[in-house]
Amino acid sequence: MELILALIALPLIAGLAMLAVRGNKLRAALLCAVVIPVGVASILLTAMDTPFTSSLVNLSGPAIHWSMFALEMLMGLFMAAVGVRYQRPLIYLLALSQVAILGWLEVNAHGAESAAGILYVDKLAVIMALINGAIGGGICLYALSYMKDYHEHDHKEVADRRPLFFALLLIFMGAMFGLVFSNNLSWLQFFWEITTLCSFLLIGYTQTPEAHKNALRALTMNLLGGLAFSLAILYLHRKNGPMDLQSLLASSKAIVLLPAALLAFAGITKAAQLPFSSWLLGAMVAPTPVSALLHSSTMVKAGVYMVLRLAPVLAGNSVGLIVAIIGSVTFVVGSLAATTQSDAKRVLAWSTIANLGLIVLCGGIGTPEAIWAGVLLIIFHALAKCLLFLCVGLVEHKTHSRDIDAMSGLVVRMPRVAILMLIGMAGMFLAPFGMLISKWAVLKAVIDQYPLLSVFIAFGGAATLYFWVKWMGKIVEVVGKPEPLRPELTWGQASILYGMAAATFATCMLFPLISWALVEPYLAELHLKSDLLSHGNLILVMLMMALILLFPLSFLYYGRGGTLSEPYLGGANVDAGPTFVGSAGVITTSATRGYYLHGILDERWLARCGEFACIALLALMILLAVTL
Amino acid sequence: MFGAKKSPWLIHYDASSCNGCDIETLACLTPVYDVERLGIVNTGNPKHADIFLVTGAVNPQSHDVIINIYREMPEPKVVVAVGTCACTGGIFKECYNVSGGIDKVIPVDVYVPGCAARPEAIIDGVVRALAVLEQKYNARKKGVSHDATANT
Amino acid sequence: MIPWLNILLYLLLAPVVGGLLSGLDRIISARMQSRQGPPILQPFYDVSKLWQKQTLVVRSSQNFFIVVFLAAVIFTGGLFFSGSDLLLVVFGMTLAAVFFIMGAFKGSSPFSFIGAQRELIQVMAYEPMILLAAIGMYMATRSFQVAEIAGAGDHAAKVAGHTLPLVFALPGIFLGLLYMLIIKFRKSPFDLSSSHHAHQELVRGATTEFSGRGLALIEIAHWYESVLFLGWVYLFFATLPVLGIAVALLVFVLIILVDNVFARLKWQAALKSAWLVTLLLGFGNIVVLSLLR
Repeated sequence: MELILALIALPLIAGLAMLAVRGNKLRAALLCAVVIPVGVASILLTAMDTPFTSSLVNLSGPAIHWSMFALEMLMGLFMAAVGVRYQRPLIYLLALSQVAILGWLEVNAHGAESAAGILYVDKLAVIMALINGAIGGGICLYALSYMKDYHEHDHKEVADRRPLFFALLLIFMGAMFGLVFSNNLSWLQFFWEITTLCSFLLIGYTQTPEAHKNALRALTMNLLGGLAFSLAILYLHRKNGPMDLQSLLASSKAIVLLPAALLAFAGITKAAQLPFSSWLLGAMVAPTPVSALLHSSTMVKAGVYMVLRLAPVLAGNSVGLIVAIIGSVTFVVGSLAATTQSDAKRVLAWSTIANLGLIVLCGGIGTPEAIWAGVLLIIFHALAKCLLFLCVGLVEHKTHSRDIDAMSGLVVRMPRVAILMLIGMAGMFLAPFGMLISKWAVLKAVIDQYPLLSVFIAFGGAATLYFWVKWMGKIVEVVGKPEPLRPELTWGQASILYGMAAATFATCMLFPLISWALVEPYLAELHLKSDLLSHGNLILVMLMMALILLFPLSFLYYGRGGTLSEPYLGGANVDAGPTFVGSAGVITTSATRGYYLHGILDERWLARCGEFACIALLALMILLAVTL
Repeated sequence: MFGAKKSPWLIHYDASSCNGCDIETLACLTPVYDVERLGIVNTGNPKHADIFLVTGAVNPQSHDVIINIYREMPEPKVVVAVGTCACTGGIFKECYNVSGGIDKVIPVDVYVPGCAARPEAIIDGVVRALAVLEQKYNARKKGVSHDATANT
Repeated sequence: MIPWLNILLYLLLAPVVGGLLSGLDRIISARMQSRQGPPILQPFYDVSKLWQKQTLVVRSSQNFFIVVFLAAVIFTGGLFFSGSDLLLVVFGMTLAAVFFIMGAFKGSSPFSFIGAQRELIQVMAYEPMILLAAIGMYMATRSFQVAEIAGAGDHAAKVAGHTLPLVFALPGIFLGLLYMLIIKFRKSPFDLSSSHHAHQELVRGATTEFSGRGLALIEIAHWYESVLFLGWVYLFFATLPVLGIAVALLVFVLIILVDNVFARLKWQAALKSAWLVTLLLGFGNIVVLSLLR
């Protein structure tokens, strides 16, 4: 249907138009005019019958073909120019290689593709489109007020390039739609490269030396993935193999294993798996909407989407096993590293890397249960992580700190944001909410295929629990008499955040519905039967109900729970604490910091070990793909 | 309900004691006297305690601390002043920094004299405090409170 | 079919059994220290007294977390004893622990904060092992359902007409789990967060700011937990019920012995040793199991 073409084209065109828009009000109007219909459309998409494709003959025609070719060449040359300008020979070489391969492929083209094979919309594409449209759209709207404050109050030193910023956000959204709807690998690569470029420009938005450095690092790693992508296409071209995903998935493993490995490599770089995690960590210098949109909810999902797409090819062979191990190692290292950090955004970044590792693990295993778990993980993670990033951005804006230990008493200082954060965090790890269900499913999938991988999940899960609960505890503890910060939320911010929290909550409560309506049909489209959590489902829902019901009871219990007293400070309290009479009668204030496991775990050491291990694993993966 | 007399948890505080009474108090926990037979546990946390066992006289430094600890104890509670200093100020009564016994600051229910008070006497004092405690439980059940500093 | 009788029995009997075990704990510890110790019903007197005391709180909502903690423990134990999914039991235990920790954080005093932190470290220390234990049981019996695990699965070896108990397939996991039980029972050398004994460096650690009914609920929750943990020990010997109960009680006494013999470890040592034990005994057992398949 032409809806999907509209979904791809509208944000792209509007994005370009945004470059010319100077005024705030016009910008807001244009953004709403695009984002809201797109969001609604992506929701409507879930009700449609899939799979379907577009029947527009012009899709394979010369007009679109040459424009795409020209744009890709331009992008490649632009990135090469960036490499020259900032003296990064690696960028220059990678970009030029891609340009060269692209040119070679064009010269030796086999012939036009049929229009029918270019786009393909199945349930997985619908789910990804929903995330992109709904969550991405929400972030774009949020960014309107956030960037206004950013430039007019907080960061007057940063050049106001909002036309470019919002243009990039919209172009990115369009590219993501293109990415998930594309079946043809060349088209996929085109949109893949657009996301790389958007990411580069957005990370470097603040134009500080640190931003530049991190943007260039992101560009390098993503270009490496892009090169792998090009090599995969090149290989398939030389072997006269299938040039689109659906045919690839249906082909015999002998031909497609190496391209699949290369495509998985590309997915691993974009999903910031080890050894390519440092770009995501570095991307935290960008304004919060960028972190939320690109680097937790949507762009990195493109990487795991690719791996999950390849799951039927990766299932049951050693290449898939290696991919699964890379995901597992990333999960453990990411979770352990997050326990050592007190910078909230860095914790969120590591947590993202770790959870993407879980999804990559699912893709590598490739069994129906694993794919089911992986898709659910994508959904829950996108929602919860987005909510958390937006809230942390808000907290940073109001309290001028993003240190976790500075968030003590947030439940009194910024109660609404605190509760939203608690909902997000609960959604990330707590039973019976979203991620827990997915982790449960992952565990069950792992045990039947590769039981030894369960040890990664065990340790990673324990570390995950640790840093989330530590953070949650800091938010709810109230020392002394903190003052509420007013105003806390504008009505615009509130509506988006409440909407996301409601969506997180609803998704958790209704996950059986989502599974039935979207995920299981996807498995059916892959002709896979599965024996999923069925009886377990029922108990889970009961568990959920019981616990959710207790929560409102707390408001009855509130205030009637006991007589207020002061915390124990050895009897030396002054007023209600935290000040106390110290030695020699000096009034002292007690302060506590969380345990960040210093002396046991060190972030750099963990990252180094993980990178080393995963580089070896990647080399092994390519080797196996070539020789098998 | 049962348990009022059978589970006396105490918090022990040294107001300005020379530690003589403290040592005798802690001796009660040792195998020779073994007060855990009676269910007595030395908690060290006022919120968990029923019996406030104080040794030593009151001086400016311990004045506020005694009040704070007493206030942080949930109802019903009893106070046992152990040793002559806690009862009346003892031989330090005339000192410039000593206000007197514990009853200058908080209501005391049982006085255990001695310098140092003997473990047997301390245990006896705690047992008598239990009887007072039981009265307070009953009063509390009837809705009347005897303590002046309740709910502060 | 949900075995309602099992759940009801657990709901009503577990606190009684747990309380008696707690009393037994104190008596045995006392005897080891050449003392007489309290009467065996002492924990009941304690909880009864606490119930009648005034409840003081630092923050009005702190006891709410304890109520949910207790509810989660009861739910988890009910799941276990009704023969349900063991993984869900493990997740339920974690959920309960999280609520307890959050309640302790709510206490907002330095002692309760550090107690909560250390409790969290303890949870992180034992969590991998209990998950691997559930996984090991699955690998040995091909089922996560406690009811089926109790029967040791279809492939269990039989000797003289009796099915061999699970412990023969899972010796490493059994020993690893015992190590973690010392942590879960909050006994030395791992009583970092809140010890039942007299003064410790954190006053009462995680339970410092709780009193009256809140504290009573914590105590009752610990009773329910004890029965659940010992139930899991029993599961390793479930095909020979009498032996199972005997071993469970023996393990309990052993933990008390360890408690009285060892001094408290620093949290670094506790965490490192627990993870090392998990890797060597727990993961090692799983490696062996997967090789033998």
